Amino acid sequence: MNHLPQAWGRPRDEVYGAYDHSHFQNAGPNQHTQQPIVTGTSVIAAKFKDGVVIAADNLASYGSLARFTDVKRLRKFNSEVVVGFGGDVSDMQYLDRLLNSLDIRENYSSTDTPLNAKNLHTYLAKVMYKRRSDFNPLWNHLLIAGLDGESKPFLASADLLGTTFSAPTLATGFGAHLAQPILRRTLPDEASVANVNKEDAVKLIKECMKVLFYRDARSLDKYSIAIITKEGVELKENEKLENQSWAFAETIRGYGTQVN
Amino acid sequence: MFRNNYDNDSVTFSPQGRIFQVEYASEAVKQGSVVVGIVSKTHSVLAAIKRNAEELSSYQKKIITIDSHYGIALAGLASDARVLSNFMKQQSLASRLTYDRAIPLSEITSRIADRAQTNTQQYGRRPYGVGLLIAGVDAKGPHLFEFQPSGVTQEMIACGIGARSQMARTYLERHLDDFAACGREDLIKHALRALKESLSQDKELTVDNTSVGVAGIGENFVHYEGQDIAQWLDATFENREEDDSSSDDAMETDS
Repeated sequence: MNHLPQAWGRPRDEVYGAYDHSHFQNAGPNQHTQQPIVTGTSVIAAKFKDGVVIAADNLASYGSLARFTDVKRLRKFNSEVVVGFGGDVSDMQYLDRLLNSLDIRENYSSTDTPLNAKNLHTYLAKVMYKRRSDFNPLWNHLLIAGLDGESKPFLASADLLGTTFSAPTLATGFGAHLAQPILRRTLPDEASVANVNKEDAVKLIKECMKVLFYRDARSLDKYSIAIITKEGVELKENEKLENQSWAFAETIRGYGTQVN
Repeated sequence: MFRNNYDNDSVTFSPQGRIFQVEYASEAVKQGSVVVGIVSKTHSVLAAIKRNAEELSSYQKKIITIDSHYGIALAGLASDARVLSNFMKQQSLASRLTYDRAIPLSEITSRIADRAQTNTQQYGRRPYGVGLLIAGVDAKGPHLFEFQPSGVTQEMIACGIGARSQMARTYLERHLDDFAACGREDLIKHALRALKESLSQDKELTVDNTSVGVAGIGENFVHYEGQDIAQWLDATFENREEDDSSSDDAMETDS
């Protein structure tokens, strides 16, 4: 019998035949994410005087195929933070588990000071930057909405490169092109946030979700919306777009079904 | 000859249920010079007596700033305190980097408590020979924590540890009800008076041997030494007899 340490714990050659050592190393190079596979489209958010509104539709696309129509892309972290995920859905699920373990760790520690939106944004930005530095990025664009340490509205983004950005209104993916200009009409700068109340902000976000459904081919009319204020998080995950009007489609060439 | 068989290591209980090594470590705290800490609703204060090994040497550091929002005062083995304070600095910085959050004082206290406890339960290790007062301000306001070599930690309103600290604690107990409403200056005065109580008759608080640390809501932890504390010493002990005046007279008769 072979008593050498390298044979310890291995199947005995004389019983099972020579061990196939190729099982020990993974042949070929490390495989990192080169492209997203199942994706979620835009996340949009806007601050208002008492908090933040954030929304994302419930679609996960497989390329151009509308593969999953009930994927919730807004995640409540605690009573003052919601994270919205754009981009790869499997990476979103990984981040969801990561946030779960972070939440459990925080709750086990003796402190009664929960992580606020600013804390969580810093943390997630570090995670994203670490992964891109490993050349293994998490293919997401995140919006972190909630309240900061002074209970003021907080809204910031972190993307797959670890880039961070903050503004009174933010939108990821297609929304950055289509919704952002509409949002900026109402909220051009930080000072304007004080003039917008909850109802106006919700109306504005819903209007943008409608525009996105009209013009973004990877979107859905079912969406989630969350409102974060001092009173807590109000998260609705099965909203339907209302008052759609496709009249404009007729006038645009190449948009709808046209005969000539 | 009587010999204690149960104090060779920190993992063996005596038949009476005591761990002598841990008790000895607590004695090390009582060898250190006294430190005092108090909190009010708005501020937390540390005050300490510094000792010098000899006239020609410098004074041993007693208060260490850990992060911008808190600091510690130590009694016992200063080198053990340095190890703990380095750990606390590292943990505090990590919290600021990863979460952009000033580490809560209860959190950092329980982290060093866990470390200290591990030392009392593993063979070949020894407990820390130092007691700490951790004072500062976090998201939940001003705090004061006491740390002992056994790994026991407690949140305190006022606390004194070190040599002859019983006298300081007696003073603190007598004025316990006043602290909560105290402002910054009053709290410092209380701390200095408590410190004075535990001093032996022939000693006095001077700008050289006293150290003060203060943190408040919206106010970083600041460590004061030397001439910076002269005003507080003067204001706190204004009616103490001036030894200098008598020596001045002697000088004049000489000339």
